[in-house]
Amino acid sequence: MEFVRPSTLVEALEARSAHPDGVPIMGGTDVMVEMNFDKRRPSALIDLTRVPELTEWGVDGDHTRLGAGVPYTRIIEHLSGSAPALAKASRSVASPQIRNRGTVGGNLGGASPAGESHPPLLATDAVIELASVRGTRRVRARDFYLSFRTTALREDELITAVLLPRAPGPQQFAKIGTRNAMVIAVTSFSLALDAERRAVGTGIGSAGPTPLRSEAAEEFLEAEFDWEDGRPLAEPVVRRFGELVAAAARPIDDQRGTAEYRRHALSVMARRALSWSVTDYRKGATRCA
Amino acid sequence: MRVSFNVNGEDVTADNVWPGESLLYVLRERLGLPGSKNACEQGECGSCTVYFDGVTACSCMIAAGQAEGREVRTVESLAEGSGKGGDRALGTVQEAFVEAGAVQCGFCTPGLLVQTDDLLERTVGAGGQAPGDAEIREALAGNLCRCTGYEKIIDAVHLAAARRAEAAGSSS
Repeated sequence: MEFVRPSTLVEALEARSAHPDGVPIMGGTDVMVEMNFDKRRPSALIDLTRVPELTEWGVDGDHTRLGAGVPYTRIIEHLSGSAPALAKASRSVASPQIRNRGTVGGNLGGASPAGESHPPLLATDAVIELASVRGTRRVRARDFYLSFRTTALREDELITAVLLPRAPGPQQFAKIGTRNAMVIAVTSFSLALDAERRAVGTGIGSAGPTPLRSEAAEEFLEAEFDWEDGRPLAEPVVRRFGELVAAAARPIDDQRGTAEYRRHALSVMARRALSWSVTDYRKGATRCA
Repeated sequence: MRVSFNVNGEDVTADNVWPGESLLYVLRERLGLPGSKNACEQGECGSCTVYFDGVTACSCMIAAGQAEGREVRTVESLAEGSGKGGDRALGTVQEAFVEAGAVQCGFCTPGLLVQTDDLLERTVGAGGQAPGDAEIREALAGNLCRCTGYEKIIDAVHLAAARRAEAAGSSS
């Protein structure tokens, strides 16, 4: 096994291209578990921790550009205002030690359906930047997850950044687990209301082979929501929204929970996230008036 | 491969490192620093917590090669007057853990000490308030202890925070 240590993005892309069987490593919170348990023996580890471009963040036009290697702790500290759903999800990741190392790029690379980053990226219509020696391309999160642990990422590509749209409205994240910390989600949910485009975004975690959206719930709420004043929604509307979210899930029974429980939990989280969001929206609407 | 970095203020080099091995393995098996404990090897238990470039992390999840040129501080650095040989007294956090009865089998203790030290550095050590119960539980959420039931550990953190705040107050 080789240990490759690129110090610039160009070197990193060349290393990725030269080692198609290699595994990129950043925070190591997934990769090293596989190494420690003898589950993976790649031809090379490509250490990305010395590539400065990956650990930077800043404004990029209408987006916040978040380097794929920025640890969750930094996201919580610096992006709670510009990317509230992702920051909330980051806060729920594992433990302080893991949040100091784990990254959104790693979450996307591993593509576990339980990864905390995915529901907010789906709900907010984030864009993922993929780079290789051939060039750079951008893929919407909504087109990134293809099947169980399979994504649009190609063999010679690295995940370099995510582009987070400005948040002109409330964003929520909720997660169910057996503890408040150090827990893989039984299921999770994210909701984003975009006041400008009058659009609703949803993201469902850990309830299907890939992270999912409920387009039916999004369209339903876009039509039902009072985008002018954000008046509280009638109870049947809130309930229907929860049902539509749960209906989009494709969960299985496993050691963390049953499919039935996951659907139930999703409908509850969706209703709660909606209520919180409507309350936030009204506050925002009052401020603007 | 060869890996060189700084551990507890001293420049060290480890040879014949397998590229897939962890920093924890290098510390324990190659550098003779067995304070950091090897328990779960998957980031669940926190027993191998070290400072890595000033930030706490599970050393079982850092690839040895990622430590090249970096600064590592292990639980061994928490004793006063550290360094090899010489007189070494327990540090404030260590003493508080002993006094509060927060140490039973001791396997989780090194990780808890490092994580507590970090919490106190970021709070009372930075001129802030002593952390409350919720903040302590949050900071230690990634450190598992199967003996104590945590209550004595929380007591120990309060005790250490009070002493560190006192020391900071008297020195200023």
